Amino acid sequence: MTSTQAPAPGRASVRRPGDRIFSGLSLSAGVLILVILAGVAIFLTVQGIPGITAHPDEVKSGKSFLPYVWPLVYGTLIAATIAMVIAVPVAIGVALFISHYAPRKLGQSLGYLIDLLAAVPSVVYGLWGIGFLAPHMVPFYAWLDEHLGFLPFFGPASATGRTILTASIVLAVMILPIMTAICREIFLQTPRLHEEAALALGATRWEMARLAIFPYARSGIVSAAMLGLGRALGETLAVAMVLSVGVGTVTANLIGSDNPSTIAANIALGFAEATGKSVNALIASGLVLFVITFLVNFAARSIVDRRKEFSGAN
Amino acid sequence: MAKSIDVSDLNIFYGDFLAVEDVTIPIAAKSVTAFIGPSGCGKSTFLRSLNRMHEVIRGARVEGKVLIDGQDLYGADMDPVNVRRMIGMVFQRPNPFPTMSIYDNVLAGQKLNSKRMKKTEADDIVERSLRSAGLWAEVKERLDRPGSGLSGGQQQRLCIARAISVEPEILLMDEPCSALDPISTSVIEDLIHELKSQYTIVIVTHNMQQAARVSDETAFFNLSGVGKPGRLIEHGRTEAIFSNPTDPATEAYIQGRFG
Ligand SMILES: Nc1ncnc2c1ncn2[C@@H]1O[C@H](COP(=O)(O)OP(=O)(O)OP(=O)(O)O)[C@@H](O)[C@H]1O
Ligand SMILES: [Mg+2]
Repeated sequence: MTSTQAPAPGRASVRRPGDRIFSGLSLSAGVLILVILAGVAIFLTVQGIPGITAHPDEVKSGKSFLPYVWPLVYGTLIAATIAMVIAVPVAIGVALFISHYAPRKLGQSLGYLIDLLAAVPSVVYGLWGIGFLAPHMVPFYAWLDEHLGFLPFFGPASATGRTILTASIVLAVMILPIMTAICREIFLQTPRLHEEAALALGATRWEMARLAIFPYARSGIVSAAMLGLGRALGETLAVAMVLSVGVGTVTANLIGSDNPSTIAANIALGFAEATGKSVNALIASGLVLFVITFLVNFAARSIVDRRKEFSGAN
Repeated sequence: MAKSIDVSDLNIFYGDFLAVEDVTIPIAAKSVTAFIGPSGCGKSTFLRSLNRMHEVIRGARVEGKVLIDGQDLYGADMDPVNVRRMIGMVFQRPNPFPTMSIYDNVLAGQKLNSKRMKKTEADDIVERSLRSAGLWAEVKERLDRPGSGLSGGQQQRLCIARAISVEPEILLMDEPCSALDPISTSVIEDLIHELKSQYTIVIVTHNMQQAARVSDETAFFNLSGVGKPGRLIEHGRTEAIFSNPTDPATEAYIQGRFG
C-alpha cells in the first residue's frame, strides 16, 4: 500500500516559521550574553595582568599582588558568608510564613512590603548602617567581648561599632528582600496535590513544608541564595560606608576596630585617586571577584544538579 | 482496631457554596462502603470531610456531626493531625512525593509518626506494603529511584502502599482504580477484601461492577440540578441497592440510563 510508505527524506526537517524565528531569537540572545561575559572577562584580564605583575614599588599599596589582594578576598568571603548565614534562614522562614502560615490578607501586604524593600538603594542601607546599626551594636559587641572573648572572633571590641560584623549585618538586611520575594514566589507554586499528600498522612504544617514544599523549591531556593550572594559579594557602597578602611587586615576578630575590607569596597574607595599600575591592580582585584562569583555559582549549580532526577521538575 | 463512622445532618461548604447537603449515614466498622453517583455530586467532597482534609481548602467548612467510634470528629479536642494519622486517604489523582525515592515514599507516613525503626523492620514494611498494593514485583529492583519515574497506575499503587503502610484504622479511597488496568484493579480489589478484616474502608468509584464486587454497603449520591448541592439519595446493603433500589434515580444510574 502506498499510504504506508516512509515519509520522503525532506519531510522530517520541515520547520515552521514560528519555530525558526523563536529558535533564532533565543540563540542570538544566548550568544549575546556569552559575548558580553567574554568581553568583560577579556577586559578584566587584559587590564588586570599589568596589575598582577606590577613591581611593589609601582603601586600605591607598596605590595606585590597576592599579599595585596589576599586580605580583600578574605574580607569579601567573610562578609558574604556571615551575610548569607544570617539572611538565608530568615528569608526562607519569612517566605514560608507569608506563603503558608499568615492569613491571606496579611501575607499579601507583607509580600508587597518586601517587594518595596528590595528597591531601596544601597546608599540608604549604608546610612542606616553608620547612623543607626553601628552605634546600637556597640553595647552588644562589648558584651560579646566580655563573655565570649575567649573565642578568636570576639576579640577586643570596637568603640564605634563600625566593624566587619556590622557591615555583614547590613549586607544581610540588604539581600533579605530579594531572596524572600523569590522564595515566597516558589513556595506558592508548590503543587496542591503534594501538599495534600503530606497533610493526609498526618503531617503538621512544618512537616508538610519539609515533605512537600522544600524539596520542590530546592533549586529555586539555591537560585534565590545565589542572587543574594551575588549582591553581597559585589556590594560596594554600604560596606565602604560602614567600614571606610582601605585594604584592611586579615583578622579573625569580627568586632574589632581593625577590619578586613572587601574587594568591591576597596575598588570603590580607591578608584578615584588611583593612577598608573594601581588602577591595573584594582582591576585585577575585580577579576578575582569575578572568578570567585563564577566558582560559587558553579558549586551551587552542581549541588542542585546532583539530585536532578529527584527534583520533581519532570 | 477498625472504627465505625456515624454521620448525621452533615452540610459541607466551599465558602458560601453548599456542595453537599444534609447527609446522614452510618458506616460500620470492618465493612466496605462504596460511594457512587454522577460527576460533581460531591463524593470526593464528602469523603474528604471524613478525615478533615476538607478544611485545608481556604474557606471550606462543614456543619453537622461526624462520630468516629462515638467520638466527635469535629470536636474541639480533636487534633486534625492525629485524625489524619488514624484515617488514611488515597486521592483521585496519584500524588507520590516526586523528590523521594519509592522506598522513602512508602515510609513517609511512618517517619511522620516518628517511630524509630531498624533497617530490617523498615525493609519489611516497605515490602509488605508494596506487595499488598501489587507493585512489589515491578519496583523491587529500583526502590531507590524517584517515585515520579513510575507510570500513572504505578504511582497510584505507590500511593496506596504509602497509605496502608501506617496501618490506619479507616481507609478512604477516592477512585483508586480509575487509572489502573484490569489486572492491577483486581489486585487492588483483592487488597480491599483482605484489608476489610482489619480496617473500615470507604471507596468512591464510577465502576458499578467494582462497587458490586467489593462493597458490603453502597451509597448513591446525586445532584438535584445544576448549581444545587449534592445529596445522599439512598444507602443500604449493596445487593439490595443493585437488585432492588427504592429510588428511580438510583435504578437509572446503576443501569446506565442516566442523563
Ligand atoms: N476546591 C473547591 N472549591 C470550590 N468548589 C469545589 C471545590 N472542589 C469541588 N468543588 C465543587 O463541589 C462539588 C462537588 O465536587 P466533588 O469533587 O466532590 O465531586 P465528585 O462527586 O467527586 O465528582 P467526580 O466524580 O467528578 O470526582 C462540585 O460542584 C464542585 O464544583
Ligand atoms: Mg471526585
